[in-house]
Amino acid sequence: MKLKTLAAAMAIGLGTVGAFAQSNSGPVRIGFVTDMSSVYADIDGPAGAEMVKWAAQDFGGKVLGRPIEVLSADHQNKPDIASSKAREWMDKENLSMLIGGTNSGTALAMSKVAAEKKRPFMAVGPGSARLTNEDCTPYTVHYAYDTVSLAKVAGTALINAGYKSWYFLTADYAFGASLEADASAVVKANGGTVVGSVKHPLNASDFSSFLLQAQASKAQILAMANAGGDFTNAMKAAKEFGITKTMKVAGLLVFINDVHSLGLNSTEGLQLADSWYWNQDDASRKFAKRFFEKYKRMPSSLQAADYSVATTYLKAVQAAGTTDADKVMTALKSMKVDDFYNKGQIRADGRMIHDMYLFQVKGQKESTTPWDYYKVVTKVPGDQAFTAVAQSKCSLIKK
Amino acid sequence: MSNAAKATAIDPMTKLADSTTSVPPDTAGEAFASAAGPSALLRVVYVGLLVLVLAAPVIGLYPVFVMKLLCFALFACAFNLLLGFTGLLSFGHAAFFGMGAYVAGWCIKSAGWSPELGIVGGAVIGAGLGLLFGLVAIRRQGIYFAMITLAMAQMVFFFCLQAKFTGGEDGLQGVPRGKLLGLLPLETDIVMYYVVAAIFIGCFLGIRRIVTSPFGQVLKMIRENEPRAISLGYEVDRYKLLAFVLSAGLAGLAGSLKTLVMGFATLSDVHWSMSGEVILMSLLGGVGTFLGPVIGSGIVVALQDTLADKVGEWVTVIIGAIFVVCVLAFRKGVVGEVHAYMERRRARS
Amino acid sequence: MEIFGIPLQAFLGQLMLGLVNGAFYAMLSLGLAVIFGLLDIVNFAHGALYMLGAFAAWIMLDQWGVNYWFALVLAPLVVGTLGVVIERTFLKHLYGLDPLYGLLLTFGLSLILEGVFRYQYGASGQSYPVPDLLSGATNLGFMVLPNYRAWVVVASLAVCLGTWFLIERTRLGAYLRAGTENAKLVQAFGVNVPMMVMLTYGAGAALAALAGVLAAPIIQVSPLMGSNLIIVVFAVVVIGGMGSILGSVVTGLGLGVIEGMTRVFYPEASSVIVFVVMVIVLVLRPAGLFGKEA
Repeated sequence: MKLKTLAAAMAIGLGTVGAFAQSNSGPVRIGFVTDMSSVYADIDGPAGAEMVKWAAQDFGGKVLGRPIEVLSADHQNKPDIASSKAREWMDKENLSMLIGGTNSGTALAMSKVAAEKKRPFMAVGPGSARLTNEDCTPYTVHYAYDTVSLAKVAGTALINAGYKSWYFLTADYAFGASLEADASAVVKANGGTVVGSVKHPLNASDFSSFLLQAQASKAQILAMANAGGDFTNAMKAAKEFGITKTMKVAGLLVFINDVHSLGLNSTEGLQLADSWYWNQDDASRKFAKRFFEKYKRMPSSLQAADYSVATTYLKAVQAAGTTDADKVMTALKSMKVDDFYNKGQIRADGRMIHDMYLFQVKGQKESTTPWDYYKVVTKVPGDQAFTAVAQSKCSLIKK
Repeated sequence: MSNAAKATAIDPMTKLADSTTSVPPDTAGEAFASAAGPSALLRVVYVGLLVLVLAAPVIGLYPVFVMKLLCFALFACAFNLLLGFTGLLSFGHAAFFGMGAYVAGWCIKSAGWSPELGIVGGAVIGAGLGLLFGLVAIRRQGIYFAMITLAMAQMVFFFCLQAKFTGGEDGLQGVPRGKLLGLLPLETDIVMYYVVAAIFIGCFLGIRRIVTSPFGQVLKMIRENEPRAISLGYEVDRYKLLAFVLSAGLAGLAGSLKTLVMGFATLSDVHWSMSGEVILMSLLGGVGTFLGPVIGSGIVVALQDTLADKVGEWVTVIIGAIFVVCVLAFRKGVVGEVHAYMERRRARS
Repeated sequence: MEIFGIPLQAFLGQLMLGLVNGAFYAMLSLGLAVIFGLLDIVNFAHGALYMLGAFAAWIMLDQWGVNYWFALVLAPLVVGTLGVVIERTFLKHLYGLDPLYGLLLTFGLSLILEGVFRYQYGASGQSYPVPDLLSGATNLGFMVLPNYRAWVVVASLAVCLGTWFLIERTRLGAYLRAGTENAKLVQAFGVNVPMMVMLTYGAGAALAALAGVLAAPIIQVSPLMGSNLIIVVFAVVVIGGMGSILGSVVTGLGLGVIEGMTRVFYPEASSVIVFVVMVIVLVLRPAGLFGKEA
């Protein structure tokens, strides 16, 4: 008896549970999933979520007459959590667009969910260039930086400045390896030599041994193909062991928060590539001042990009007249982006092409105001900074 | 008395798998058991849970979330087979879970296997790895056993980090769900859900069967008083090894299932914090009970998921607090405490 | 001249660095060995206590301008007191139980401590300067060694020696050792065992904090600094033999050198070599190198 009622209930239930398709009414929900509590919390994190909210408010709080809501979640650097949150929001909350924060593993997982559910996925935080190459989808946009651009910008700019021999200190991790591979390719293509390299395990606490090996190589450039805590500890040790006196250090993935936590004494002269700096022009300063008032620190390029990506999306929705993903993606890929973050265009493979910069960290005496850390060495135009169309591994782009 | 001697001569009543939380050796392996067989309350609870599991998508519970929960519940049940019923605390169970996840993912994605074969592959790898770990670790006791399993799990982590097929920290992404037995497409969440539920229920019943069998009785005897078991002539090491292999194989199965559900396997599946989480799930739910790991994993997974968008930064602190509270005041876990409460009621009446 | 394919100079340099790190590992695992050896507690909070020591030093400098040398004494005192509080509030309920409960509890405590600090200070870490007296480097011929690192070796070895002496050779140490083997008997002789136990945990915590202060000028003071090190430190203690002070000191030094050599010949594996060694040692000598078998 129990079984029959159960079966009946199931039959009715299955009938009512339909596919979760996107509806075109109700609030426009933007989701933001990033690391809020671990290693990347400072460069993106909760402040990044707030930037998305600011963008929505500044846009007027409404688009196409529908109110804008921002959802945010902490993926705790676990792709499981990122992926299930993305799914849940798309199935149950009628999510219109998903913004991906730091951590490439989570971004790759979320981009697959977004492609399956047909919603735009705009990655700001992760570095993996796979998002617009092997793993590209019609719904993925890679907005801020990627490992290819970091490598190309630092590589070409420094080679052109005369630094021909390179030694790599690489984090033994996929992104570290791709940073090194991309940068080595650029170095060699521009007539430089890679004298040697050493891979260190992630979260190594002591870098003295690796740095000694780097010093023995007598290369001109010590390229740090690592990030976060590994970068700051390596940089500190490099200063301590006097490496910075004989080699110029290039950080391949450095954010302003890292420079701040190290202090100018340890980082003076460091070369780094990034997409934006708070002090680069008036519009940026205006944004930064607002950020500083709330957080008592300057925004990183990712936090600025979070604001920009949300605004860009909302503009695209307005232009397309709908939140239907295919139409919005067409609008995104045909519009020009021009705001305080950057000027550029989103390519067919989802890669946002914009200018990148090589910065150098100022010395203690040159720095006049708090957080006044960088000066621009060169600007690399977007079409040279990112993966060239001819080298792209994405099927969406016509070569 | 030297430290090592202390480690082996621990009063059984204070062991991690406390005998008061689970079955006295002379009855059928049931929490809530009495000489007359399973109590009415127990029957109701089991049926209720079964109905809940079967009806979940219908009553509005999000299928993907419940599937994830079932996978971790299976992982916790597998772990509990070793800890609760054999008395061995392994710190490296993530190795079996994660390798099962990776191998299944690779077989399904790159080698084109159908999903059920992928799951079997993951379980076999888990069991094989368990055999390897077991052969090395089984002769040791207590903390040394735990540390060896941790060390070996770290080596597995390192292997997964280096091996090309795992994709490093990007993970093994884009694993398709395919067609079960080449016939039933698993793309829709509802269909996948019932397959996962069926596998989970099957494994759960399987674990019960193992524990209540004569083999299970020997395991419990080993947990209670290993010297006595040896003196009775049992080849204790063989039994422990077999329990280890079974536990590892089931953990591998849970990992493969998870890959199929989520579509990827990543380094967090083999990281030592995953080993820590499964210990928490068992402790919270009740070590040495059947429902304990299920309840415990449900609580932990639900906490992580629901807190992710509310108090993101505080999730680790909350988990830490739960550990502390559990160990101080709640050692028997949810199910164990309920059982103890029932016992007290029965004693009073 | 070459050894194993690398120039002698470089080899000696790496050996020296290995010894520096080894001394540090020895110092860090000392507290853990003391706590387990005497109290039977597997103190997973050791990493968090180490982090607290470094943070205490940084906060003292940042807020009150207290310099490094005072911090070396004050930070361990502060953290040691916290250790005493932890022991009284949490750990004393667990005596007589399976030591694995202590492990789980201290693991939970470490999650809480790290989470709170991460919330308050962010994950990027803070910079702590090398004290002026110890800045600069000395040219040893085969390498240039920063003076601060040389100080770390000296300080670590001194502390290790001092602790070993205290425990193995003095009356206080004898009471401690006796008290943990048979508390009732020792108490019957008029020795206040619970007080000793409490102070021992505090001392172990203080040792961890001291290691933290020593580490602060070298690596970024970050809430996550302890969790990166904790399982390596555990491995050191287990390999050395869980009750043995001498064991953890010798193993710490040895492992520093082994890790250093691995960094030269197979650098990617330098974080996992500890575990390989642990498995090998535990298979051959089940209670660790200097541990006592039943």
